[in-house]
Amino acid sequence: MSGIFSSRDSCPEVKNILILDSEGKRVAVKYYSDEWPTNSARLAFEKSLFAKTLKSNARTEAEITMFDSNIVIYKSVQDLHFFITGGDDENELILANVLQGLFDATALLLRNTIDKREALENLDIIFLCIDELVDQGTILETDANILAGKVAIQNMDVSAPLSEQTISQALATAREHLTKSLLK
Amino acid sequence: MAQPLVKKDDDRDEEEYSPFLGIEKGAVLQEARVFNDPQIDPRRCSQVITKLLYLLNQGEVFTKVEATEVFFSVTKLFQSKDIGLRRMVYVIIKELSPSADEVIIVTSSLMKDMTSKTDMYRANAIRVLCRITDGTLLTQIERYLKQAIVDKNPVVASAALVSGIHLLQTTPEIVKRWSNEVQEAVQSRAALVQFHALALLHQIRQNDRLAVNKLVSSLSRGSVRSPLAQCLLIRYTSQVIRESANNTQTGDRPFYDFLEGCLRHKAEMVIFEAARAITELNGVTSRELTPAITVLQLFLSSSKPVLRFAAVRTLNKVAMTHPMAVTNCNIDMESLISDQNRSIATLAITTLLKTGNESSVDRLMKQITNFMSDIADEFKIVVVEAIRSLCLKFPLKHRSLMNFLSNILREEGGFEYKKAIVDSIVILIRDIPEAKESGLLHLCEFIEDCEFTYLSTQILHFLGIEGPKTSDPSKYIRYIYNRVHLENATVRAGAVSTLVKFGAMIDELKPRIFVLLRRCLFDNDDEVRDRATLYLKTLGGDGAVVQTGEDVKEFLFGSLDIPLVNLENSLKNYEPSEESFDINYVPKEVKTQPLAETKAPGKKPTGLGAPPAGPPSTVDAYEKLLSSIPEFANFGKLFKVLPFDFSMLFHTYNTLEIFLILKFINALFPIFIGQSSAPVELTEAETEYAVNVVKHIFDGHVVFQYNCTNTIPEQLLENVTVIVDASEAEEFAEVASKPLRSLPYDSPGQTFVAFEKPEGVPAVGKFSNMLRFIVKEVDPSTGEAEDDGVEDEYQLEDLEVVAADYMLKVGVSNFRTAWESMVADCERVDEYGLGPRDSLAEAVNAVINLLGMQPCEGTEVVPSNSRSHTCLLSGVYIGNVKVLVRLQFGIDGPKDVAMKLAVRSEDEAVSDAIHEIVASG
Repeated sequence: MSGIFSSRDSCPEVKNILILDSEGKRVAVKYYSDEWPTNSARLAFEKSLFAKTLKSNARTEAEITMFDSNIVIYKSVQDLHFFITGGDDENELILANVLQGLFDATALLLRNTIDKREALENLDIIFLCIDELVDQGTILETDANILAGKVAIQNMDVSAPLSEQTISQALATAREHLTKSLLK
Repeated sequence: MAQPLVKKDDDRDEEEYSPFLGIEKGAVLQEARVFNDPQIDPRRCSQVITKLLYLLNQGEVFTKVEATEVFFSVTKLFQSKDIGLRRMVYVIIKELSPSADEVIIVTSSLMKDMTSKTDMYRANAIRVLCRITDGTLLTQIERYLKQAIVDKNPVVASAALVSGIHLLQTTPEIVKRWSNEVQEAVQSRAALVQFHALALLHQIRQNDRLAVNKLVSSLSRGSVRSPLAQCLLIRYTSQVIRESANNTQTGDRPFYDFLEGCLRHKAEMVIFEAARAITELNGVTSRELTPAITVLQLFLSSSKPVLRFAAVRTLNKVAMTHPMAVTNCNIDMESLISDQNRSIATLAITTLLKTGNESSVDRLMKQITNFMSDIADEFKIVVVEAIRSLCLKFPLKHRSLMNFLSNILREEGGFEYKKAIVDSIVILIRDIPEAKESGLLHLCEFIEDCEFTYLSTQILHFLGIEGPKTSDPSKYIRYIYNRVHLENATVRAGAVSTLVKFGAMIDELKPRIFVLLRRCLFDNDDEVRDRATLYLKTLGGDGAVVQTGEDVKEFLFGSLDIPLVNLENSLKNYEPSEESFDINYVPKEVKTQPLAETKAPGKKPTGLGAPPAGPPSTVDAYEKLLSSIPEFANFGKLFKVLPFDFSMLFHTYNTLEIFLILKFINALFPIFIGQSSAPVELTEAETEYAVNVVKHIFDGHVVFQYNCTNTIPEQLLENVTVIVDASEAEEFAEVASKPLRSLPYDSPGQTFVAFEKPEGVPAVGKFSNMLRFIVKEVDPSTGEAEDDGVEDEYQLEDLEVVAADYMLKVGVSNFRTAWESMVADCERVDEYGLGPRDSLAEAVNAVINLLGMQPCEGTEVVPSNSRSHTCLLSGVYIGNVKVLVRLQFGIDGPKDVAMKLAVRSEDEAVSDAIHEIVASG
């Protein structure tokens, strides 16, 4: 049914996912909603959101706020700030679950050193992770292990013999085995 | 793992380090040529794609050519067997969102991947292809998609299902054919597949109520594994409950047991979804609410802010309708006042203020006082508003609540916050008589040290009205007179006005006030001195003028019913003369019609580029002229008594004069004579001739005033008339028309047509209009028009006189009092079905526009999501009959709006007429 009950009757939707640095600059962002049609609208949103959430401590548990009639849940680690935005009517815990999925998967993939430098150096992984997390606003997968597994598989050159693999590749192989067992 | 994209900088401390430092679009596009190498280097190519993605992510825009070029070279990378690279290729293709003709290039590669043995290829190729494809291609790949939905690999199945959810928006007819496969996928053992399948299945069947009902009943028996899918099921269940609510008035609500069972689910998101669904059930009973409130109460003490927030937000909403149900949570709620997260704290406080009982008010106030100092102004305003409503709820507690307000008034804060506090105190003083004296003193203390001139003057004004009515008015004098010593000129002038109100109301204080006012005669500001002099004279302070008390009071306390702008204009136009300025001739209309400069009659029309000639504003000159002619000074009486002879009027006066006469009637005597509509455009924008029409409605006549503008510099129009065909307006007969002699370029003019209609009857009809004129060429260099002209016509749009035209928008300040003061004898009540509407707000607006009445007390605003609404309207109907309308709207499931219309007026025939308007509209 469209109209006044639409948001409550439909599938949960993510409006955007942001990863910003300690100055509020973009590390990686992805918008699914046309609520922010232009880059400048997006930058303005990021700027004021960052200013509003700067003071709160979201390092141990994810924090939450209402922002421009949207729900924003955020979590910080080192010099990185993860945000997820959903509609006013969205189940807060579902959004938190998606953010946690992204956060934990990133931690797994970056071997627990999550900071801006590491994230930028492995930006391809971050992009792939977001790509596997949400598809055009619809939640695709929130389990961190499965997410990390999906991303890791693709970053490994399967054809290379074991002896030629670097340590990180070997780790990835190990991770793949882990994932395969999880997927079964 | 991916390698660093550029050489690693070992100095980790350097803050600005980034592998993308100094990255440039041009250089990266250059680098992208590596995609075309016959020997593909997967690692290098992955890095370049990452750089491209980085640029796009930072908001860099690729031109069409650049995007196309990148896209074509990226397609070459399908030759590589490297999984990592292929994955990046998928991502960048989605980001580049290629056009339909470009898509064809990758279609075959993607279709190959869709049928690949590698699960990851299949899943991603489906997502990419469905994202970029259009309907035509979809039929080709439909077979594969159907297979993919039931693929044993959950990633592939999910990819196909999610793509289906998106495709349903664009090509529903195709996706609907997949319901068998989707149905099968709902039974999948994989959690996320079940979630995606359920979402898609519901969307496919959402218009089939029976099918949704069946879906819910079968799944609610417990075959759903994924928490996300369970949340969806709860949403669909609430929908079914909502839609079946009407036919199960008695007995247990269907599916309530399922919702209640979900409160014991192991996943918090499911528990919360169910609790929220229960609290939002239509007409939920306290028995149904209890288990939901219990789990939400547990969440309140969770260590996770998100959980606390979700719970307190839901409870806050429940408190609006069922405050008693939430009182059990008050203790947990109170501990949230000190929550680190200020959103949670504010929600907790406002909930407590809604649920609090009289005995807990004092304790609550104490806690809030500690809390106020460390939240932002925006939250403070919310709290102040909540306290105001609490005080109105428990008037006995006014002392502590008023004290709280005065305390926070003394603390630091911005203008909006202070204004909210002052407004609240003022409302409390008005509504709670016992709070008056202490409230006024608090305000007095506040202006002793108030940095906002606006608030000071508002408070002084309020003091002047309320202060003299208190038991000991003299104690306020000191506070007020202090302002005369210590403040800026605006506040000083305000204080003088307040002082004199005390003097006017209380004779014993008069001597003291006179002394103080005389001191103000030496103020260095003109306004302050003038006011003091004026008031001394009116009150008889110097023994010169003595007036009756009532006049003085009316002068001091009566409100000015003339818009200040109009008064200002009239004063500016007034020239010192024998006759003194008469405020009664100042127009009372609020809207001033934008009338461009009009040339003085008889003057040569000016052409292109000619300098504007004539007096600065002819209109003003005419207004002055009109008001100086004795007949016009008595306009109202004249027109009220005599039948209006438009033939005579049109014959005697020129168009500009007629325009002004109509304007005057409308401004001075709107209620007695009739009213003028807002201009209605009869031409499209940017056409050769711009024409709009103003409808002047009289008791027995209607005058159309056509405002015409000629937008062609090379033309001069003469003898401009509008030929009106009233064949679709049977009750109207044309009695006169007034052509416009000349219409030069860009200089608006008016032409009039008057119709007779049955006296006092709200006749309606449709009129078609044709602009007829003689057009003459104008030489742009000299601005001179040729002597010979050609007759021409220009079709205008139709115009309608509707019932709402006979309704004057006149608001009432207190609807309830006005309503009750009207005799119920002339009340007419009936119910109407308005049929399906987009929303309640849309229905409310439609009825307001249909009736053309003034919405009162902000009731034209419909809160979103409300299922019912009451709207109050007032107006004056033709014949000077006051009308009040109370509209009650309700909307049911399939958006059918029903309306109860109650009309009270001074004349039952008018009450019936209002119903007729609605019945026929």
